[in-house]
Amino acid sequence: MASMRDIKRRKGSIQSTQQITKAMKLVSTVKLQRAKARAEQSRYYFNCMFETMQSILSKAKTVNHPYLRAGNSDKKAIILITSNRGLAGGYNSNVIKLITKGEFRKEDLEIYAIGKKGKDTLQRYGYEIKADGSDIVEEPVYQDAQEISRRLLESYTNGEIGEIYLAYTSFKNTVSHEPTLLKLLPVEMEDQDMEELDPQLENKEARALMNFEPADEEALTMLIPKYITSLIYGGLVESVASENGARMQAMDSATSNAEDMISDLTLLYNRARQGSITQELTEIIAGAEAIS
Amino acid sequence: MADERNFQVKIITPERVFYDEKAVMVEFNTTEGEIGIYKNHVPTTVIIKPGILKITEENQVKKAALHSGFVEILQDKVTILAETVEWPEEIDESRAEAAKNRAIERLKSKTPETDVARAETALQRAIARIQANKI
Repeated sequence: MASMRDIKRRKGSIQSTQQITKAMKLVSTVKLQRAKARAEQSRYYFNCMFETMQSILSKAKTVNHPYLRAGNSDKKAIILITSNRGLAGGYNSNVIKLITKGEFRKEDLEIYAIGKKGKDTLQRYGYEIKADGSDIVEEPVYQDAQEISRRLLESYTNGEIGEIYLAYTSFKNTVSHEPTLLKLLPVEMEDQDMEELDPQLENKEARALMNFEPADEEALTMLIPKYITSLIYGGLVESVASENGARMQAMDSATSNAEDMISDLTLLYNRARQGSITQELTEIIAGAEAIS
Repeated sequence: MADERNFQVKIITPERVFYDEKAVMVEFNTTEGEIGIYKNHVPTTVIIKPGILKITEENQVKKAALHSGFVEILQDKVTILAETVEWPEEIDESRAEAAKNRAIERLKSKTPETDVARAETALQRAIARIQANKI
């Protein structure tokens, strides 16, 4: 049996770890509240954007627009949104798995990494990191998304890349987050899971009669970049919310695990203490008997 | 009686819901020119150019600088999806003035590398900001 002192020391170290995890949990809870509010606010914008895009696309089915066709290049660009810091459970590895375990060929990919963890991991695996925007994750603003989408669309129109994907973690609620791979370009017409995202798809008939100024094709050229930007922005804010949610959960379970370990060790410590007292007593009695 | 003329106007940016009230008329600048919308407009989607947004409510007029985005007009509802929109009190006039001069400068000293379209939008944006602030 370990000595009393060893057990005590071990307990102390676990206790201080627990204090840290507890503090981290509180911090990420606060951050989560903020990120969640932002994600919810931007969701409304995103839904409206999506509805409008769908109605335009359903009208413009026959239009042969470059954004609706696959590019000539085999190259695929992936925007990967991860966190800058670890200790968030499976948050980062789950998103990265979408890329490493997916059907992509490593040589075809260009990674636009947002978040240090994803960048470092993929770099280690030997992926080509085209750009790194790690500082965006802390406080994503719309301009960041604009900048990224501008760059990507430029290389898309130049024919350097043929497809654009977005890998992020979608925020369902505080406890459930889902790593998601979204195809940004070429724009795909039907995206089934959006129906559930937006239950109040109203005015369906009104939409069918919608006019566009300027005409369809020109409108597409102007709207698609905005659409992509809003998707990227949505991905950013949702990922930040998910990151904090994941970290909160991870830290919560770490705290309760520490609690368990401490109670086990307390039991062990008390047993060791009792044992040593009993032993001392027996020794004293034995000594006293020997003298008399 | 007044209710017959009112319709819902919603202005949404990625960061917040900017405006959500009933109004009699909204006016703004689009790629096809300036337009004003009353209730029962034909359903239309238009794309915004930098300019002044004017919302006429029952008993007051509100103005804002509207820079980019698009508008979805339905018969009894107008939704403006704006990337940037500001109330006059949120605008820093000296900054807008500086941006205007910068854009003019860039357009004057045109070199082949100058992104003319971008400089022009910047100029329009600055002008819209300054005008919105004056009223």
